[in-house]
Amino acid sequence: MHTKSIAELGAGLRAGEFSSVELTRAFLDRIERYEADLNSFITLAPEHALTGAAKADAMIRRGEAAPLAGIPIAHKDIFCTNGLKTSCGSKMLDSFIAPYDATVVSRLDEAGAVMLGKTNMDEFAMGSSNETSYYGVVHNPWDRRLVPGGSSGGSAAAVAARLCTAATGTDTGGSIRQPAALCGITGLKPTYGRVSRYGMIAFASSLDQGGVLCRSAADAAVMLQAIAGFDPRDSTSAQEPVPDYSEPLHESLAGLRIGLPKEYFNEGLDGEVARSIELAIDEYRRLGAEVVDVSLPNSGLSVATYYVVAPAECSSNLSRFDGVRFGYRCQAPADLEDLYKRSRSEGFGAEVKRRILIGTYALSAGYYDAYYLKAQQIRHLISDDFRRAFERVDVIMGPTSPTTAFAIGEKADDPVTMYLSDIYTIAANLAGLPGISIPVRQAAGKPVGLQIIGNYFQEAKLLNVAHRLQQESDWHLAVPAGY
Amino acid sequence: MQWETVIGLEIHAQLATRSKIFSGASTAFGAEPNTQACAIDLGLPGVLPVLNREAVVMAVRFSAAIGADLERRSVFARKNYFYPDLPKGYQISQFELPIVGRGSVDILLDDGEMRSVGVTRAHLEEDAGKSLHEDFHGLTGIDLNRAGTPLLEIVSEPDMRSAKEAVAYARKIHQIVRYIGICDGNMQEGSFRVDANVSIRPLGGELGTRAELKNINSFRFLERAINFEVERQIDVLESGGKVVQETRLYDPDRDETRSMRSKEEANDYRYFPDPDLLPVELDDAFIDAALTGMPELPDARRARFCEAYALSQSDAAQLTASRELADYYEAAVQEAGDARLAATWIMGELAGALNRGGLDIGQSPISAVLLGGLLRRIADNTISGKIAKQVFETMWSEGGAADAIIQNRGLRQITDAGAIAGIVDAVVQANPSQVEAYRQADEKKQAKMLGFFVGQVMQASKGKANPTQVNELLRRKLNA
Repeated sequence: MHTKSIAELGAGLRAGEFSSVELTRAFLDRIERYEADLNSFITLAPEHALTGAAKADAMIRRGEAAPLAGIPIAHKDIFCTNGLKTSCGSKMLDSFIAPYDATVVSRLDEAGAVMLGKTNMDEFAMGSSNETSYYGVVHNPWDRRLVPGGSSGGSAAAVAARLCTAATGTDTGGSIRQPAALCGITGLKPTYGRVSRYGMIAFASSLDQGGVLCRSAADAAVMLQAIAGFDPRDSTSAQEPVPDYSEPLHESLAGLRIGLPKEYFNEGLDGEVARSIELAIDEYRRLGAEVVDVSLPNSGLSVATYYVVAPAECSSNLSRFDGVRFGYRCQAPADLEDLYKRSRSEGFGAEVKRRILIGTYALSAGYYDAYYLKAQQIRHLISDDFRRAFERVDVIMGPTSPTTAFAIGEKADDPVTMYLSDIYTIAANLAGLPGISIPVRQAAGKPVGLQIIGNYFQEAKLLNVAHRLQQESDWHLAVPAGY
Repeated sequence: MQWETVIGLEIHAQLATRSKIFSGASTAFGAEPNTQACAIDLGLPGVLPVLNREAVVMAVRFSAAIGADLERRSVFARKNYFYPDLPKGYQISQFELPIVGRGSVDILLDDGEMRSVGVTRAHLEEDAGKSLHEDFHGLTGIDLNRAGTPLLEIVSEPDMRSAKEAVAYARKIHQIVRYIGICDGNMQEGSFRVDANVSIRPLGGELGTRAELKNINSFRFLERAINFEVERQIDVLESGGKVVQETRLYDPDRDETRSMRSKEEANDYRYFPDPDLLPVELDDAFIDAALTGMPELPDARRARFCEAYALSQSDAAQLTASRELADYYEAAVQEAGDARLAATWIMGELAGALNRGGLDIGQSPISAVLLGGLLRRIADNTISGKIAKQVFETMWSEGGAADAIIQNRGLRQITDAGAIAGIVDAVVQANPSQVEAYRQADEKKQAKMLGFFVGQVMQASKGKANPTQVNELLRRKLNA
């Protein structure tokens, strides 16, 4: 059952071949069996899941089946869940239980999905390897010695190991696409504003976007359908109507114009990864697509720009974690200043503190113009690069990550090298564009991700392009050995 | 050395919206601590602000009221600092692009001159909560009911040259925000807070270093605080010292200002545009809707009162001090049919009674229509002014309409010449020696002595005899 698609599971449930309770138990059993090897969950909610499954079964029997009725999923532990711990991967929130559901959570609830638990992640979504989590590293199911990527590493590992059918994630600089690539699954980051950020703990508000990690583009279409759309509680969510994502999946790609940015095939790119990407592009040519060279001249500035904007926003967003109202508070503070200093010093990990310091500096009087303001200007240039490219092409393709999964510990002490692993994903966040990563071939037994970037609100096109390749190949069906 | 005082004011007007500026929690004053603070006001993880449309409407109205440049595009920014009653660790305010640009108001000075005071800008922001230092035995309590309450911060130019001018300006802004219904103006509850930037300089010289005065919760204290601060700065400079840029708290009990923090210790607020909120873009339709139902503004109303009711500038200013009072006056005039009489009574008898009772015009036990009914009976000679005061007392303490009271108590004025002549005759007969003395006296003395007879007649008529007729008949009788 654990290898079936959401559509197949839905059909099986409606046909009475198995119940949601049985399906949920099957996944809970798999979690029990493999979780010790992976550490992909922070919190498991078996009772909650079985209650939800029983409710879904009743709905299905009454014929009121919502689109995801009875389908077991997991939420990244950055989405607030009413009554269930939401830690954001941090000691700071180890005791935090939100009194509300994130909009993404409540919409998936309404669609009938069954939540198995909350997945591991880099602390406050700051990381590319899931090594900054207070709850320990997550192991890549393809090879336990490797990182799963980050920050949605727990979601990616759990989906890759088939411990849930799909999972939610968030992507600020690549945090859905990069772990999806490193774990050999499909990860979709929608257009900024497509999915509500309400109840999603903020890292960098102008870049954060909720999305999904799934086993296929078809599954991603169903998941996105449930969570997309305007939310009056998020002023930055888009009023744009939500199209049907599943219906156009099969559309022909004849005449599709694919842009290949020369900057995405530079010297930093691993040769094996490059070869896998080129082979995938060839496949698209066979499907009738036309391949065009494009240029994104300012893409070389994206990492530097990102590491001003994201820390600046994070330094302000994380100010609320002060030990006063919720979350971690130090023992026996001597006075207010001591309460602030020790609660924050003890509650946050090293990477979070590094980014708060960088961001505080970038916003300081005398530096604001040189850093924050300049970064915002470059952000406009990067968006303009894409705008010009999309005048000539329908989608842009390239590698998701310059390398395949790297070893745990390999880059942990070198933040700049770590930051460069997001070099191809960050620009889409800066521009607010949608992007998807799908598995294409493997390099030395490790998954390679192809990134497809679309124009604003072109998620249906991305899913269509991804799905057509997945119809012609079975890389997305590959299950890591032993799972 | 002759010193010149330079004052600019920052006024925080709490906007009279029902819910907070970025959440749906109530803004009502006086609830139990933390009962009006929702997840958004508490700054819980993941929550997001959504701008209250009504707060924007109110800012648009204020902009129109002071003839300011309304900014079609304004931006909310985060002002970052740590404080326990600031839940998010930043205040959402407007910094580089405020909603209200430059405007001005006219103030009337004591010498009757008008002076224009510039308003630099006004911007929307959220209030913080309150720290409660008492009752917790060495701990501090936090009440977040006020957190997220909408404020309009109104910043003036340093255009004022005395404490009196500053008070006149503050009163003017107070009057405007209440007229247009965007703030209840209650200074005790903190709905209208005034901070004063005060500096002195040699007459006509370069601007001096300023001190910011806080904790001023009445107009009287504003005047006192500025006067104290000016004297203090003069003392400092004349004894060879330097004024430091700092925030000073006014202590009304000791009538002095005390240093709170100097600029060197001040925060770097690290302002940047709030990425959770889109820029506020105003179109014509929104502005038109916001300005629908704008009332007549105080200056225009004062001018109209002078013209339409033949009032002096100062009477018109007094009667238009608040919208409620001006409405009351106009309703009373309509009923009484005599604008002058209504002005005299409202500023005299009614104001005195309200003052003694500690009431404002909205709490008057006598409505404008009822007061107008009473005044109509003075105007048409049904009762004398003196009897009217009796009727007023009854209406004040027992309620009811003037006509009914006049009827029930038989207070109608005696205007029948025959009836008055009868009383006059009786009084003259009963006081022969006074009549004799009167007739012996010269004209000047007679005028004084007439009062005795008038008093006797009025007493005999229980005050109801028409005083003009009484005077006339007495004079004729005594001089006969």
